[in-house]
Amino acid sequence: MGGNLLEISNLSKNFGGLPALSEVSFGVETGQVTALIGPNGAGKTTLINCLTGVIRPDGGAIRFKGADIAGLPAHRVARLGISRTFQNLRIFPRLTVLDNVLCGLTVQAGASLLEALFLPPGLRHRERRLKLTALEALDAFGLADKAGWPVGVLAYGDKKRVEMARAFVSQPVLTLLDEPVAGLNAEETATVATFIRQMRLAGKTMILVEHDMEMVMGISDHVVVLDGGSRIAQGTPDAVRHNPLVIEAYLGRMSATA
Amino acid sequence: MIGWEKAKFFVIRHHTGLMVCGLALFLALTPLVMDNPYNLGILNLIGLYVIVVLGLNLFIGFAGQISLGHAAFFGLGAYGSAILTATYGFPAWPAMILTAGAMALVALALGIPTLRLSGHYLAMATLGFNYVVDSIFVQWDAVTGGPSGLSGVPPLSIGGLTFDSDLKFHYLVWTFALVALTLCLNLVRTGVGRGLAALGADEVAAAALGVDVQRQKNGVFVLSAVMASVAGSLYAHYFGYVNPDAFSVFKSLDLVIMVVVGGLGSVWGTLFGASFITVLPHFLGFLETYMDIIHGVILVVILIFLPQGFVSGLVDIIRIRWARRRLAMDRQS
Repeated sequence: MGGNLLEISNLSKNFGGLPALSEVSFGVETGQVTALIGPNGAGKTTLINCLTGVIRPDGGAIRFKGADIAGLPAHRVARLGISRTFQNLRIFPRLTVLDNVLCGLTVQAGASLLEALFLPPGLRHRERRLKLTALEALDAFGLADKAGWPVGVLAYGDKKRVEMARAFVSQPVLTLLDEPVAGLNAEETATVATFIRQMRLAGKTMILVEHDMEMVMGISDHVVVLDGGSRIAQGTPDAVRHNPLVIEAYLGRMSATA
Repeated sequence: MIGWEKAKFFVIRHHTGLMVCGLALFLALTPLVMDNPYNLGILNLIGLYVIVVLGLNLFIGFAGQISLGHAAFFGLGAYGSAILTATYGFPAWPAMILTAGAMALVALALGIPTLRLSGHYLAMATLGFNYVVDSIFVQWDAVTGGPSGLSGVPPLSIGGLTFDSDLKFHYLVWTFALVALTLCLNLVRTGVGRGLAALGADEVAAAALGVDVQRQKNGVFVLSAVMASVAGSLYAHYFGYVNPDAFSVFKSLDLVIMVVVGGLGSVWGTLFGASFITVLPHFLGFLETYMDIIHGVILVVILIFLPQGFVSGLVDIIRIRWARRRLAMDRQS
């Protein structure tokens, strides 16, 4: 497991004395889709937030390309090439679709305030190239004809796609998708699943946090199951599906209520 | 036909630059039609406020912060230049640069602790700053001249040209204002500007995209303080005197109202906001005693109906209408 892109070991986080994550460990291999599943309150979002620097873990290590990134602030994590989408959709409603996606290229735009004020020809040129990159991403996500629209007017499914385009436009090393199909209908869910498969074929490494079991099983290489803040199982989708612990903690409970 | 296409392409590609050039031409020719020094005086005042409000709009409108203390930076710039030149006989231009540099440091010292706060706290901190500065202007007689202020500030000059009339100052102040406008337009069209808009809308999302939220907030705060300081220096040299009234907390509120009338995050709207609020008392001279009430009402009405500010609020409405119509058309076809 030494060659993993991301290696999480013994990650812990308490909220007011209550453990949200306790000693969670798993690895993410380059080019694979790793799914993170578990019932509500299992600690999935806490894990993602620790990973992206939104909150600071209390213990454990997060090794990304061999370097410990636990506790780094969010913008530093982003600069290492880790991008994400959010569970509750965090796009910028007043900006255009194109500008939203361009925001995904903040690191690549990387000018100082002073440089931006004077907009030297080099920067002007770079901005033009970034715009082309963003337009290509919009095209890949089927949004090219809406580039100039304020993103607030789009349908929910389209907004989700804008957020995904924003997460992938920078050619990130690792992308975290936090419930990418939450709130989408079956047709839209299928579209998103297709996008994720395309990204997988293009060699992207992804962590997928999801409730939708069917989708997870269909597109993941590796599944990690959390329950009550601990990792209770991991393995291939098939192995996890037949793991009695998982069935009891998750699938069992679901079939009991369904 | 090809020539026409080329011209169209040129206009689309350089429309921002062309608009700035058009505005420059308009302002250069204005004195030919409007030679009344009283009106020119108002236009000069607008120019000064445009410089301040452009910076403030980057801070409020783009970065989504609030400052109720920008009149203090404006005042410190004016007093800095006035004290250095009138009291100590310093040359004017180095005094302006020195003052602006000092203001950058003051803004940094104020910004690093307070910009971690947000919303009400930031408003209170900047308001308090303005009160402190205002009190110093009024109380520190020996240096600031107390309530009556300082006079004898010499006009600015370049080479043999002295900007000692309304007409000459018109060209000076609007050169500064147009440079400030160009710099702001540059900024907002780059990744830095998008980063500011992003953090103004959602700090968590902005940080996840690689925006160093604290650093950018501090940077734009310093930038806006420096712009206010430069405008203050110009103010001191234009009027030849400074007194505390022009830099009170109420002036800070007027500056915020200019931002709101111009529209949050609208660089071009700033021109309208600064002009409208500056010109208004001259049209409503008979209501002079009620001016604060009128400003208050304007602010409240705009914030209720167009929370993004007047100009950008209207632009938003038009853009959204247009997009919705396109969306409906797409669905029909």
